[in-house]
Amino acid sequence: MDMLQLLFDTPALAVQLVLDGILIGAIFALAAYGMALVWGVMNIINVCQGEFVILGGYCGYTVWAAGWSPALGPPLAAILLFGLGWALYRIVIFRVVDRDIFISLLATYGLAILTSQLINQVWGANVLSTDIGLGNWFFFDGLVAIAKIRVVSAIVTVALAAALVLFMRRTRLGQAIRATAQNPRAARILGVDTHGVYAFTYALNAAICGAAGALVSMIWVIQPFGGLIYTVRAFMVVCVAGLGNLAGVVAAALGLGIFEQFVGFLLGAQFQISLIFVLLVVILVARAFKLARARQVLR
Amino acid sequence: MTPNARSALVGVAALAAIVAAPILLPSYVTFFTFVLIMVVLSLTWDTLGGQMGYNSFGNIAFFGIGVYATTIVQIGLYHDVGAYTAAYGTETITLTREQYLVGLAAGLAAAPVLATLAAAALGSGMLGLRGHYFAIGTLGLGIAGGELAAAWGYIGGSFGVQVPVFPGEVMERRMLFYVLTAALAIATFLTLRWLYSGRFGLALNAIRDDEDKAEALGLRTTRCKTLAWCVSACFLGIAGGLVGQINGYIDPREVAFAAPSFGIWMVLTAILGGKGTLWGPVVGAVLFYFAKEFFWQEFFGWQRVALGLLIVVVVVFFPVGILGWLRQRFPKWFGQQPAPAREPGATKRAAS
Repeated sequence: MDMLQLLFDTPALAVQLVLDGILIGAIFALAAYGMALVWGVMNIINVCQGEFVILGGYCGYTVWAAGWSPALGPPLAAILLFGLGWALYRIVIFRVVDRDIFISLLATYGLAILTSQLINQVWGANVLSTDIGLGNWFFFDGLVAIAKIRVVSAIVTVALAAALVLFMRRTRLGQAIRATAQNPRAARILGVDTHGVYAFTYALNAAICGAAGALVSMIWVIQPFGGLIYTVRAFMVVCVAGLGNLAGVVAAALGLGIFEQFVGFLLGAQFQISLIFVLLVVILVARAFKLARARQVLR
Repeated sequence: MTPNARSALVGVAALAAIVAAPILLPSYVTFFTFVLIMVVLSLTWDTLGGQMGYNSFGNIAFFGIGVYATTIVQIGLYHDVGAYTAAYGTETITLTREQYLVGLAAGLAAAPVLATLAAAALGSGMLGLRGHYFAIGTLGLGIAGGELAAAWGYIGGSFGVQVPVFPGEVMERRMLFYVLTAALAIATFLTLRWLYSGRFGLALNAIRDDEDKAEALGLRTTRCKTLAWCVSACFLGIAGGLVGQINGYIDPREVAFAAPSFGIWMVLTAILGGKGTLWGPVVGAVLFYFAKEFFWQEFFGWQRVALGLLIVVVVVFFPVGILGWLRQRFPKWFGQQPAPAREPGATKRAAS
């Protein structure tokens, strides 16, 4: 409880935590939007979502470690993961897309293990980070330090999200994706190549995650087995917000980011990971109880 | 041959194999012990995953609870646990034979109780969730368990716990744990066979096939589901206690809450052998563990990559499993496959 007292004594620290939470939460929102996209369009819960994020992080790290400008990281990671997502769809996902949701769940779970272990083999198990060297902005006489890169990454995230929303609303392909989500059979009858749409959706999700991951490697750290936690975060955000609710996704993701910052500060970093999983269980059970009163269940 | 006689014959053969294996190949006793542990884990996963249609990725949590409960109780009967773990392995515990065995018995009694209580507590909330929400909800259980155990100083924290040394010969220790594991495997198999053959098994299958209808017909589904999870947690707890003792050292993430090894293997072996059959998990576990033992070294560190690949291949191309395939192919010999359940996910699409 010492930390709580400290928080009351210096309110500037709370400002720091909230700002950090918002800037990190923006990235959660990106991953969650991708998960909601795949879930809504293909009815697949993509368990290897987090692994895409981590893989994007390693792409960004490699670009930087090879001596190129780290600004190339996010676009390159997005392009590479777009290709990977497309290939995964053509090899594995298209076989499970129309089947029982358990099969797709287990298959993407297997893909998650495969990806994280491959990363471990290629890059090793060390915790890595892209050091961009932009420095900090200081407020309140140096009590609050905001890393410039976090602000930059939040701006990139917002720009990316805006581009995605425009793409989904304005383009023909975005229209086809939305039509397929509403009714795949009708879309097929009306001439939409639904398998192409699925492949594009899955690849687009991978690309979003890749770009988000490259940003994660700059503002935070990456390690091979850190993927599951991003899957859980994305799932949690989608669960709270609901499918196709963009404002809800953003609000939930930012809330999650702030919550994590406070938990990490108050209880110590060793509890941060386990408390995310506990929060997931609490959210799901609370929703189930609420629905059970009306004799309904989460679907 | 009637089906009954045939299954009796298979049972006798399996029993003979369990008895003969350590006598014929005494130097592989520990290996056979782990084969039987794998059988137990696979069978208990299938209770939810196969019979009830609820994939749990977090069953390893009950295993981990069992690992800690057994050893902590065994130590705690004769020593101060906090002082022992605070010494970080520099203090060794020497127990007399009687103390060791009494402690082990008490520990192995405490493990299933604690694991079952945990399953009941978790299940009453989480099993109100349907299908894939439950699956994702359990995804972090094993990891959260490992992290919490690593943060809890009383049980050794991230340093783990050193198990008391067995007072006796090496071979005697191996045989003791082989016999205990064999008894556990047989007990698990017979209990599950008895449960599946009665109303409870029908209830589980009804939940798998159509939970809404089962509920409408008056089945108390959440209670059934929680009971099933408790049964599997009970056996998982004992299995965990044995593994911790055999291993001699408990690491919170690698041994107790071993999500990347046993936690994944139990899912894979149950699917490989045939989900929703009694013998399928047994076949899958034995085959997988033998294959793993012989080929694992050939991969030079790429084992876990191969494991992920294997899961994808089995789930996507061979979801019926070995026994399911045999049933489709030779229905006369392996019994008729029940009519395939309607795939709920295929028709009900998420409204978006």
